[in-house]
Amino acid sequence: MITKQLPFLILAAPLLSAFLITLFARKSKGLGFALLVAAMAASFGCAIAVLLQILENGQVIHYHIGNWQPPYGIELVIDHLNAMVLALVSGAALLTAIYSKNSVLAEVPHRFPGEEVPERVPNYYTLFALLVSGLLGIVATGDAFNMFVLLEISALSSYALLALGGGRAYFATFKYLIVGTIGACFYLLGVGYLYIKTGSLNMPDLKGILQSPALVESPTIMIAFMLIITGILIKMAFFPLHGWLPNAYTYASTTTSCLVAPLMTKVSVYMMIRLMFSVFSANYIFEHLGWQNSVVWLATAAIIFGSISALGQTNLKRMLCYIIVAEVGYMVGGVWLANANGLMGATYHILSDAMMTLCLFMAVGAVIYKTGDASLQAMRGIFRKMPITSAVFVVGALAMIGIPPTCGFFSKWYLVSGAIEARHWGFAVSLLFSSLINAIIFFRIIEIGYFPLFDKGEGENGHHDHGEVKTAEAPLSMLVPMVITALSLIAIGLYSNEIITGLVGRTIPTGLL
Amino acid sequence: MNEILSAIIAKYNYWSFLILLLIGLHAMISKNNLVKKVIGMSIFQSAIILFYVSIGYKKGATIPILDHGHGHEHEVVHQAATQVAAGFANPLPHVLMLTAIVVGVGTLGVALALVQKIYRVYDTVEEDEILEKIKE
Repeated sequence: MITKQLPFLILAAPLLSAFLITLFARKSKGLGFALLVAAMAASFGCAIAVLLQILENGQVIHYHIGNWQPPYGIELVIDHLNAMVLALVSGAALLTAIYSKNSVLAEVPHRFPGEEVPERVPNYYTLFALLVSGLLGIVATGDAFNMFVLLEISALSSYALLALGGGRAYFATFKYLIVGTIGACFYLLGVGYLYIKTGSLNMPDLKGILQSPALVESPTIMIAFMLIITGILIKMAFFPLHGWLPNAYTYASTTTSCLVAPLMTKVSVYMMIRLMFSVFSANYIFEHLGWQNSVVWLATAAIIFGSISALGQTNLKRMLCYIIVAEVGYMVGGVWLANANGLMGATYHILSDAMMTLCLFMAVGAVIYKTGDASLQAMRGIFRKMPITSAVFVVGALAMIGIPPTCGFFSKWYLVSGAIEARHWGFAVSLLFSSLINAIIFFRIIEIGYFPLFDKGEGENGHHDHGEVKTAEAPLSMLVPMVITALSLIAIGLYSNEIITGLVGRTIPTGLL
Repeated sequence: MNEILSAIIAKYNYWSFLILLLIGLHAMISKNNLVKKVIGMSIFQSAIILFYVSIGYKKGATIPILDHGHGHEHEVVHQAATQVAAGFANPLPHVLMLTAIVVGVGTLGVALALVQKIYRVYDTVEEDEILEKIKE
């Protein structure tokens, strides 16, 4: 009986925990954290159970909320693609929740001087849970309007979380809020156009109605598609609409950027794939409209711009943010290559890039937590001081560069072969170029991490103190999720074949094969 | 000329929403004052809400409540379902907009809270002055 309710429980667990934390955990020290971790673990457990269920019988799960039959009621539709993304989002959220234990206490501003636990910490956990339930909802829902509401739930909670960084974060978040609202409203307007023409909001239903020849020719549907895609591209910070992302994510607190940076953009990419192939169709987009060439060129520009900008940064987090801008280019380009390899690469990259970004942000966050410094110089001597953190950072960096057996290699492999298949040489070259730049960026940081001790020793007390540098690792609550994330990068790489044939490959729309 | 004019007059509601939408978008993008940006955002959202409300409207239609309630079920059954539905405005877009209004109010609240925080940090809500202070 309970297995039937699993798809809904994935969303319900974080949502309920948001209420429970607000109601009961306002005064207590550890209860909020315990509730949050329990909810994320429950959500992750349900997501894994649903994933296994889908792998076992290979059937798409339709869950009718409140037993209202579609197309009138809202339904959750879970197939191979979003079962994977659900497990990813809830898993990453669980890891970040554990990771947040210490960093939140250090970063959430104190309201009254001298209070042991800042009064706002439970509020932080509430927003965290709301953001995760919004993201999970976007991934699970099969209703176009419902997706808008959940998009805004996650966006609103992310505005509040990002603004908690204080100082410059307020202005950066305000800009994000304005741009994000434009994106969401474009999406809403596009859905309105679809509704005028089809009278439906249910995605499988919409897809059926949109097959009719009269609608394929209709300019209204074309404008609806344009508005929806533009809205999502703004939300995912696709070049040249990326302006808000670097500032908003850089000035946020560590835990917030660990949660928001890997997940928000990836979920937007998922949204794009879902709407392109489950509402519109590959035939309509690639053959009737035929815009793929210009979008792939924009993606190429995004990759090159993001990589070069990342090279010029001296702030670790800002550097990672520009890498995200480049990675969004990877995925959008991969989807719009209009062939199976490109789409598989992009989908697999959602999984691997989310974990890579999470891994790097966690490692950088731990360094910032210990040193209080976010510049490249904070990495000085890090291999001696924080050996585990730096090992995690190196794994993340290798994955980002794309060295086998980490997952970054395999997604790039599929993307490049997709680009060659589509004869889109510019995109293929930009992928390799970005790998090269990533290699330069990360080896420079690793070098700073390895050879710092001379000037530091001389600067402080005039002689070398090689042996005296004590290890000062991050607390266990940060190390454990970090190490798990790093290991998962290798595991996702090693099982890339299984993931691609068993999960990603199963959702390729027929028009692309 | 006449054709264009009649096309505009026939769908004057949609044209006015379009104008509202563009006013809002313009204010969000190019106004220097942050509060004006927030007002622009509100106009932008309202334009979309009006657009949806307009979709559901039907001339001469009423709210979707059955005239013949308890005790008159038999009369209702005799009418065809489509006939009953023809007299009602489409409630779905209106219901959707209740949700969108809530979302809009939430966004507005967060935006104003942020503007207040920005004012406390920079002592101004003019974008160019803030950017200057950031550079210093």
